[in-house]
Amino acid sequence: MSTFLGLPRRRTVPDDAAPFGDVPHPDDPLRWGETFPDAARAALANTQLRTNLGHATSTIRAKRALVVDEVPDWEALRDAGSAIKTDVMARLPELLTELERNVTARGGVVHWARDADEANRIVADLVKATGETEVVKVKSMATQEIGLNEALAAEGIAAVETDLAELIVQLADDMPSHILVPAIHRNRAEIREIFLQRMGDVPADLTDAPRELAMAARAHLRRKFLSAKVAISGANFGVVDTGTLAVVESEGNGRMCLTLPETLITVMGIEKLVPTYADLEVFLQLLPRSSTGERMNPYTSLWTGVTPGDGPQAFHLVLLDNGRTDVLADEVGRAALHCIRCSACLNVCPVYERVGGHAYGSVYPGPIGAILTPQLTKSSAGGGGRHDDPNSALPYASTLCGACYDVCPVKIDIPSILVELRAREVDADREGRPTGWGAAMKAASFVMRDERRFELAEKAAVLGRLAGGRDGRVSRLPFPGSRWTSSRDLPVPARQSFRSWWAEDHDGPTHNEPPHDGPPHDEDDAR
Amino acid sequence: MRIALTATCIADVMFPQAPRATVRLLERLGHEVVFPEKQTCCGQMHVNTGYFDEAVPVIRHHVETFEPVLDGEWDAIVVPSGSCTGSIRHQQGMVCRRAGLDGLGARAEAVAAKTYELSELLVDVLGLTDVGAWFPHRVTYHPTCHSLRMIRVGDKPLQLLRAVEAMNLVELPDAESCCGFGGTFALKNSDTSTAMLHDKMANVSSTGAAVVTAGDYSCLMHIGGGLSRARSGVATMHLAEILASTREDPAPAPVGAQGTQERAGATEGGHR
Repeated sequence: MSTFLGLPRRRTVPDDAAPFGDVPHPDDPLRWGETFPDAARAALANTQLRTNLGHATSTIRAKRALVVDEVPDWEALRDAGSAIKTDVMARLPELLTELERNVTARGGVVHWARDADEANRIVADLVKATGETEVVKVKSMATQEIGLNEALAAEGIAAVETDLAELIVQLADDMPSHILVPAIHRNRAEIREIFLQRMGDVPADLTDAPRELAMAARAHLRRKFLSAKVAISGANFGVVDTGTLAVVESEGNGRMCLTLPETLITVMGIEKLVPTYADLEVFLQLLPRSSTGERMNPYTSLWTGVTPGDGPQAFHLVLLDNGRTDVLADEVGRAALHCIRCSACLNVCPVYERVGGHAYGSVYPGPIGAILTPQLTKSSAGGGGRHDDPNSALPYASTLCGACYDVCPVKIDIPSILVELRAREVDADREGRPTGWGAAMKAASFVMRDERRFELAEKAAVLGRLAGGRDGRVSRLPFPGSRWTSSRDLPVPARQSFRSWWAEDHDGPTHNEPPHDGPPHDEDDAR
Repeated sequence: MRIALTATCIADVMFPQAPRATVRLLERLGHEVVFPEKQTCCGQMHVNTGYFDEAVPVIRHHVETFEPVLDGEWDAIVVPSGSCTGSIRHQQGMVCRRAGLDGLGARAEAVAAKTYELSELLVDVLGLTDVGAWFPHRVTYHPTCHSLRMIRVGDKPLQLLRAVEAMNLVELPDAESCCGFGGTFALKNSDTSTAMLHDKMANVSSTGAAVVTAGDYSCLMHIGGGLSRARSGVATMHLAEILASTREDPAPAPVGAQGTQERAGATEGGHR
């Protein structure tokens, strides 16, 4: 079952300390654990998780709705965001080299990383060159995606997460379960326990009052900020025409990391570009309202290369591909690269709301994860897909309800991409072993493309009435129907199909088919 | 108007009461309804499960069946389903083009432009909100995901329901949240689907409604399946069934167990 559950890597906590979660650090942050339906089944039974998620997502949904509804030009902003991202993807190679020129001209050093290993190698070497063994980190999905903390730990470098929620996840030796709120699956009693056991310098009388927890983390982190010589960050945006990088955050920990240390290393996915500084005005309106439900986030840090006497005096930008070029080459799937990691789609997703992030087996959970992860890892989309790859199940982890598309600030049509990825999964299977689904779908297609066959099937379906009890309700079917009847009844097929009723009731010249040769009907039964 | 009916495959076999009510309603409103008997299915199930190759011949068949609308054979096509309308309007063309069949894609889109979900036809095309219905029951309305977010019917079904005489329409909490059906999702991710269904059922029960209605029998099959299993006593009825009901020709009394709607219907005297 756990095909891709890798061996735990070296952790930053003592080996004898049992992790708080049931998710040890996987080898591949984009592919771990059981397939979605199995992982979801376990998550659904986790009472604490269900309660936390239900509360957190409904709260943030309401906050977002409030601040979005008050913006009169919200739809125009979404269109602008979508258009800017489409433009970026259309000229990504030239924009990237222009960004490199501008960052370099202002004293930064640009590195190019094809994949996670290369990016981790570059960052580890840069840190080692400073002689430091501890670095502070700004919350970053890109570094989660490449498993940077674990890679640095293997080189004897301790990376300290400074975002409160990310710190909780790190101390618990856990994995994030939300893009924006990585510890959404924890409640404050659990957080108190994690702090007491793992933080090392907390007051012994710590309670689970949110303010006390925050103050304990603040004191702990303040010591780290003041001693750190190296910081590692991601970036929300990379402005091409000025070489400026941007981090948008709430707590101020990012600002500390971005200003106090001597060396700053930023790992940024190559899709994070905006062409001009003015383009930020669109995204700085879209992002905070979509993500935290705030009109404006408390801290927006912008930096351009190196400024003598102010802030880090060495700045490195690592441009990360890690599968993005393949996604970019995909006409349909490339829209997934427009994502600005706001996580609005997670918060409105009825599936995410119930199963949480870990069920997706990727640091990118929820609807965006369901289209991004399979593409980045080339599971069902693109070539080389493996049938037993758990990520192949992700495009099916959706009812296609469309709530994600409605809230996406850059209008990524997630449902359509999900359907496209399903088609690729099916097409990849065509060359492999036949599946039950495939056989059923082929049979249904054969029947449904011809009205005579369809009508015969309808008549056969009426025999299905035998499966029902005396009340016409089917409560128990063999597999795979059991997947339905485990929790739902099914009515037996109607005694008389609509088609047959019509032929009896509406005999007329309008029929464009041969006369219907339906069975006789008992007047008491037929309507 | 002369209106062609797309009954939808699932309603044709499982829930004929929906297309029958659609016929009854439109005829009562003075329109001629035609049922092109060649019709089978729009291909939605194949498309949404990823079986595009298998969907193409089904889509071709649908387009060929309903193409006479382009020559003025009918004024419009009506579908008593938000998701089938959505698939016809937003997926058929895409699937054909993806298969390199641009011509078929264009024909599908031309047919789709003449295709309306029931509440769209009534409100947008026929300009009606009061269709003269009478339905003396407590009812709550579930806006299905595809009617809401794929074809954007908005509050058209509610406009129609609000005008129904003697009906007590109660608001469904968290109405816009998916019921967990999602076609094959209900099988492939049965557990998650069930968790979503449970919450939908709890919200339905909280309204005290006797009937939960929607514009799509696929979602109603799911919600009704859960309500029936729980022996909740709450019935599921299509929007068309409520709108077709009049004081003179009332719909049969709601029955809250799956499979029994038809039995109840069988006793409905002159109610066609």
